[in-house]
Parts: sequence; structure tokens; C-alpha cells
Amino acid sequence: MASTDRIKIALVGNPNSGKTTLFNLLTGLNQKTGNFPGVTVDKKSGFSKLPDGTTAEIIDLPGTYSIYPKTLDEQIVQDILLDPEHSQYPDKVIVVTDASNLKRNLLLFTQIRDLGIPLVLVLNMIDVAQLKKLNIDLRGLSIDLGVKIIPTNSHSGDGIAALKEALTQPLVKSKRPFYDIYDLAPKTIDAIKTEFDLTENYRAYQYAQQSVRLNFLNDKEKERIAKIKDENGFYDVPTQSQETLGRYQFISDIVDRNVKNSRDPLKKSVSQKIDRVVTHPVFGYLIFFTVLMLIFQAIFAWAEGPMNLIEGSIAEFSGWVKGILPEGILSDLLTDGVLAGLAGVLVFIPQIAILFAFIALLEESGYMSRAVFLMDKLMRKVGLNGKSVVPLISGMACAIPAIMATRNIESWKDRLITIFVTPFMSCSARLPVYAILIGLVVPEQQVLGIFNLQGLVLQALYLLGFLAAIGSAYVMKLILKAGQKSYFIMELPGYKIPSWKNIGLTIYDKSKTFVLEAGKIIIAISIVLWVLASYGFNDNFRNAEENVRQQVGENASQEEYEVALSSYKLEHSVAGSFGKIIEPAIRPLGYDWKIGIALITSFAAREVFVGTMSTIYSIGASDDDEVTIRERLREEKNPETGGPMYTPAVAFSLMVFYAFAMQCMSTLAIVYRETKGWKWPIIQTVYMTAVAYISAFITYNIFS
Amino acid sequence: MRSLAELKKNERGIINGFKDDSLSVKLIEMGCLPGTEVSVDLIAPFGDPIAIGVSGYCLSLRKDEAACIMIED
Ligand SMILES: Nc1nc2c(ncn2[C@@H]2O[C@H](COP(=O)(O)OP(=O)(O)OP(=O)(O)O)[C@@H](O)[C@H]2O)c(=O)[nH]1
Ligand SMILES: [Mg+2]
Repeated sequence: MASTDRIKIALVGNPNSGKTTLFNLLTGLNQKTGNFPGVTVDKKSGFSKLPDGTTAEIIDLPGTYSIYPKTLDEQIVQDILLDPEHSQYPDKVIVVTDASNLKRNLLLFTQIRDLGIPLVLVLNMIDVAQLKKLNIDLRGLSIDLGVKIIPTNSHSGDGIAALKEALTQPLVKSKRPFYDIYDLAPKTIDAIKTEFDLTENYRAYQYAQQSVRLNFLNDKEKERIAKIKDENGFYDVPTQSQETLGRYQFISDIVDRNVKNSRDPLKKSVSQKIDRVVTHPVFGYLIFFTVLMLIFQAIFAWAEGPMNLIEGSIAEFSGWVKGILPEGILSDLLTDGVLAGLAGVLVFIPQIAILFAFIALLEESGYMSRAVFLMDKLMRKVGLNGKSVVPLISGMACAIPAIMATRNIESWKDRLITIFVTPFMSCSARLPVYAILIGLVVPEQQVLGIFNLQGLVLQALYLLGFLAAIGSAYVMKLILKAGQKSYFIMELPGYKIPSWKNIGLTIYDKSKTFVLEAGKIIIAISIVLWVLASYGFNDNFRNAEENVRQQVGENASQEEYEVALSSYKLEHSVAGSFGKIIEPAIRPLGYDWKIGIALITSFAAREVFVGTMSTIYSIGASDDDEVTIRERLREEKNPETGGPMYTPAVAFSLMVFYAFAMQCMSTLAIVYRETKGWKWPIIQTVYMTAVAYISAFITYNIFS
Repeated sequence: MRSLAELKKNERGIINGFKDDSLSVKLIEMGCLPGTEVSVDLIAPFGDPIAIGVSGYCLSLRKDEAACIMIED
């Protein structure tokens, strides 16, 4: 665990109050683990230097409307705040509120205050409150609520210095609770306080209210609480309603006293005007699909330049390394193994950055929740939920955060179906595969003057993934039993001008993670593959020189001989043998043993495909002039027909296979974690791979 | 007595009470307090869900959930 002399400060507040934005301001690039843009579904921590020279650990938490969690992500807040033994139990809490909507935001504040944790209240989005013409009497509010208040604007950074300063001060714990729940259940509270040795009434009351959900209590303790509740006639739901109503009564009085609204309440706000258009029956869907179209076009059109640049520089660098190193194993391993594999990763940074930028933009601006609103009815027809839109769209970037984003879906059935079908959405790891194959067989031309044909094919592949997701969801809806009723009570936050800092951090964070995580696997696999493809143990491999000499004949030039030799060696190497073993199974899809090798390695992670192909084909070719992998694939001949190996039939069959197959260990690991067992990841793998095989078979036969 | 689901677009009303106990807890937390004014601001293309203005912000909920919120006459 982190050292104890460092104070821990947690950010708590309603969803969309700006906790993550504030977190980014406080920590900058000093963040430990990655999280997804927009909605925070897991805790994340980072470090901040305070004015007194100490370093504090800042913890960003998912948003919640009250201490009573309704979803899994909200549960995290409760897990931490109600358990003083928790490794991340904060020394201080920053309660972040949206100053433009104080009444609802203050409910959670009053609950945390009554838990007796030292806290400071941040009125964030003070700029929005000013825009809404709200006059807030900060002094009055501070006295009435009994807490230090800091107004902030996390976009401009106003108030951050004051907040940091406040964090260095000792924060006083208030003696009297804001709202005394003691009279709601005096006997139960007293009994639990004695039993568990608690000091705050509200903590004891929370034990009574939420014992089943408190993960840190063991079964015996839970039974004890149940018994106390029973003996004293404590009923959760009515008491909770009473508590909430009671708190709101105080809050309303205080807010009405200290916040004056000088705007005509009947005048429509900008957000309301935008909403009229965005949720319009015709324009709404038109806008939704235009946004998606724009994303695909951008991925292809804007990324082209930087990608060529990266590809070219690596080829040049690789040539330079070959030039300075003595010929031999080391030079081969570095250039054909490591650099070839690395090129496969680095070249996709521009596309991944663009994709994540768009998704962050949709979340930041507030548009994403409108998409949820717009799609709920349609999604329900196929067994999903409006909230499934967020995982499905995020799934286009990466299935892992997307599956984590399902945590805010209340119904288990809806959530499970969403988890099951999300990996069908074409993620950024498929992009490299698609990009290279599309570049190979689809001509670069304009359609109807504005659309890029390659972009359209890519879009069709994404559509295919989406349809597979929807179709599978529908089937699951019919098979699975209905669970508890789900509800859909969701805030539509006002539209915001995105914070470029948030988006920039997302791009940086995601690209870095992609390069490091994918890079690690890809380089490891490239090296292993290079070894397996360069050595063999059968007689054919050992006698390669003689056999090839015989094959090419005495008259062949030295160059012809070398080309033949290296491809002969590859064929009889260890990797080649693996490929040959599975060749009969994949022949019906149009693949040869070389593609077979790539398929095998792709089960670790699909983005390995390009690296594997690069490695295989660099080894297969003997000449040392550096051509890119795409050119190499184009030159590859089919030994049977003499024509090009990568015909449209083979390329499309491959694309369809990669569109559907479950080829990602990390996704399986996350599905295991989120569904708590191997049942679903196994069903998912078998199902997706079967769909992939059958569809690739059909595609190959249609195009050939 | 009418429910919130029966209000037309742009219509206003005052919340009177709830028909469903467990749903009411969540709704109260979200600021749908008895005595508060609500207005139907948006109705999604196929008639469901709807978005209401309540306690100074915009809340979306499904038709059957809105049917649990009773409106004063
Ligand atoms: N105008 C304005 N916008 C802000 C301010 N702080 C945050 N925002 C915007 O509000 C939106 C939500 O901010 P987040 O930081 O993601 O909110 P959050 O509290 O982390 O949300 P959850 O993780 O969903 O609980 C983003 O679009 C921010 O750019 C502010 O002070 N002023
Ligand atoms: Mg957040």
C-alpha cells in the first residue's frame, strides 16, 4: 500500500459535476491508472503537490446522487466511504457540486458530512451558474451548511489555488449532524453503535440501511444487524424516503435563502433549444448517423498523412540499422523481428488518437446522453437498454473500457447482454487489420464526389460488427430469463464546451496505453515468432540448402536461389509447421499456412496480425531493400494459380473473420472479471469464433 | 388523478405523490419531491422515454416510470 504519511483526498459528487476535470487539474500527468473519458466507472488516483510542500494522493471516484448506490459504479463510493479500514479511505473529502444545480447536488454533501469525514465543499461550474444568472451568497451558504466553500471553474482554473490552499488547512469536523436521523430509529441506532463500536449515528444508521451491500461486513455481522433491525422494527425503504425528504427540506430552505435566481424561469435555455433539434424524430437520427459517418471518414482521411510519415521513418530507420550493424542474427532479429513488429503498432497511433478524441468529445459535450435518450426505445426492442449505447460506441475504441462502462446499467440481464455483444463492435485493434487489407484490394477513389471508397468499405465493416451485436443481443433476449425490472432514470446534463485539457489527456493516455500494452505483446510475439520462423528441426529444414539448389536448378542466379531458400526455410520452420497443421481447417476460407500463423498469434490480440505478417514476410523475402508490408503483401503470389495471393475474396474473407472472431485475451479477462466466472467468456469465445468462421466461409465463396 | 405520463409536451404540473415505493426513493433522491413543479420538456421520437424539467435540471425517464408519479389536479 501507499505510504501512510501521504494524505489521501477523495473527490466525491454527483455525476457530471466535474470531478474528473478537477482531478486532471490537480494531478496533471501524475496519474496512476487509465480511465475512460466522460463517465468514471472505477476509482483512479494520482498525486498532487500542495502549497505546503506535501504531496497528496487524490482519488477520483464515480459520480453518485446519494450514499445509497443503485449501480455497481456507485457502489465503489460507498465501499470506500463507509469502511474506515479500506486502503483508500480518505483523510479528507472534496465534495464537488455543480453550482448551477445546487439543490440536488447538496443531498450527497449532507450525507457525507454526517458520516463525520472532514470535508471541503467545491462549487464547481461557477461560470455556468453565472451564465444562468444565479446569485450565490457564498458566506451565507457556508454558515448555513457549516462547511468551508470554494467556488471553482475547472475550465479556466479559477479557484484551484484556493482549493489547494484549503486542503493544507486542518478541516474541522462539525459536531452536530446536518440532519439528525436519530429520531427515525433510535433503538436500532443505539444497538448497532454498541455492537460495532461506532461513534457517528449516521454511520450506524447506514449499517442498518445497507447491511446487505456492505462488502466489508462478514455474514455473521450482517445477520446480527438483520436481527437488531427485526427486533426494533426498522424498515429500510420508508425510513430512507423520510430521511431524503427531511434532508431536502433543510436544503431547500438554505438554497432558497442563499441563491437568488434573476432569470425569467420560462425563458428557454440554450441547452433546451439544442435538445429540440437533437432529439427531433428526423433530425435527431440524422445527426446521430452523421456524427458516426464523420468519425469513420476522419479516421481514414485525416490519419493518412501522419501514418505514411511514421511508416516511412521506420522503414528508413530499419534500413539504417541494417547498414551499421554487421550482417547476422542480431541485425536480422532487430530489423525483421522487433522493428517490423513495432512498425505494426506505431503506425496506428494517429487513427487511435482520432477515434478516442471523437469519443471523448461526444462525452464531454453532453451529446452521448442524448444518444442514450434517443436510442432507448429501439435498443429495448433488441434486448438492450439506452445505456448500452455508450459501451457500444466506446467499443469502437476498445472493448475493455466499454465493458467496464456497462457498470452503470442497473439490470443484470441488460448488462450481461451488453457485455456479451460489445466485443462485436469493431475496436481500434481491428483497424490495423482492416486498414492493411482494404488498402490492398480496394482502390483509392472518390464515390459521389465526397466519399472515400476505402472509408466506405471500412464503414461497412463497422456496420457489420454493429449488426452482429444487435442480432446476437436479440437472440440472447429470447433465451435469457427476464431478471428484475430495470429502470432508466438519468440526468440529461446541460451541453458543455468541451475541455481541451480533458480531451488532450485522454488522447495522450490512450495512445500511451495502446503503444505500451499492445506494444509489449506485439514485440514479444514478434521475437518469439522470428525465432520460430527462423529455425526448424525437421530434415527438410536442415537440408534446406541442398534441396533448394536441386529445386531451382544449376542455372539459377544467386538472387533467385536466395529468395527460394528463405521461403523454403520459412515453410519448414517451426512456425511454418504450425501453420501447415491448421491449414486444412482454414483452406475453405481461402487462407494459406502463412495466414494460419497470423491467425494463431492473433488469438492473443488481434492487432498482432500486422506485426506477424510483417515478420513472416520480411523473413520470407531475402532482399534487403526496405519495402513496406503493404507492398510485400501485394507482391505475394499464390503458388497454385500464379496470380496474387491476396485476391479480394481472400482479403474480404479475412476482414470478416477478424470482424467477428473473439481474438483478445484482455477482453476475455475483463469479461471474466465483470461476470465473475468462466462461463460467459467461454460461451462468448466459442460463439464469436463460430460466427467468424461461417461468415468468412460464405464471404470467400461469394467473392471467388 | 393524472400521472406524469399523461401530460403533453410542454405541459406543467405539481408532483403529488408516487405509486411505487422503491421507485419513489430514487425519484425523491433525484429531486422529484412532492410539491415540486415539473414540466414535460422532451419526448423521444417513438414516444418513450421522456425528459422532464424538475428542480432546475433535465431528467429523462421512461413512460412506465413517469406513470408512477402522480400530478395534482
Ligand atoms: N463550464 C464548465 N464546465 C465544466 C467545469 N468543470 C467540468 N466541466 C465540464 O463538465 C463535464 C463533466 O465533467 P467531468 O469532469 O467528466 O465530470 P465527472 O464529475 O467526472 O463525471 P462522472 O465521472 O460521470 O461522475 C465535462 O464536459 C467538463 O468539461 C466548469 O467548471 N465549468
Ligand atoms: Mg469522472
